[in-house]
Amino acid sequence: MFAAAALAILMAMGLALVRALRGPTVFDRVLAANSIATLAILLLAVVGFLFGRPEFLDIGITYGLLNLISTLAVLKFWRFGDLGRASEEEEDRA
Amino acid sequence: MNLSVVVDLASWILIGLGSLVVMIGALGLVRMPDVFTRMHAAGMIDTSGAGLILAGLILQAGFSLVSLKLVVLIGLFFFTSPVATHALARAALYGGLAPRLSEDSDLDKVAGDYPIARARTPGD
Repeated sequence: MFAAAALAILMAMGLALVRALRGPTVFDRVLAANSIATLAILLLAVVGFLFGRPEFLDIGITYGLLNLISTLAVLKFWRFGDLGRASEEEEDRA
Repeated sequence: MNLSVVVDLASWILIGLGSLVVMIGALGLVRMPDVFTRMHAAGMIDTSGAGLILAGLILQAGFSLVSLKLVVLIGLFFFTSPVATHALARAALYGGLAPRLSEDSDLDKVAGDYPIARARTPGD
């Protein structure tokens, strides 16, 4: 059953990869990358149980935290062309 | 039936349902017509798919540190997935992508302050 779930998650990752490659906009690609990362975390959890090594979950938690940061960083970079730029609220205050 | 069999069965059902939802979400990610509807499909993977699979794994793990980590993971998804989706929707709207609307709805009313270009509705 763990193997079946792992297989389903792998197939879902393949479909998300199709979306990441086809685009057509950068937001589709970011969305697909985000989904692939979510699925990778699930895969880590399921495979950890499959092989009796649940300590894979620690890697999953770390990856989940990194995933949010990377998604927001890419989106901010795409909107402003710069990661060091202040937000509009900060500019208003200055 | 004794309790462990029932718990086992429940966890298999949850994991099976979760796998199904994950597959449906991924299929929606490929098949949906524009970014905003694809976000909806991806949201299914993040919430119900991940939630069901991790809940099934919690039943397998029993009362231990492993299940605590799984709960932390569910909490992580619960908070980060909406934030990421919201940021993505805002970035897409600011990037000039218009959501696909039905014929009779008014884009200007939906758009508000966002610089949406009416001509650019890249679907697939």
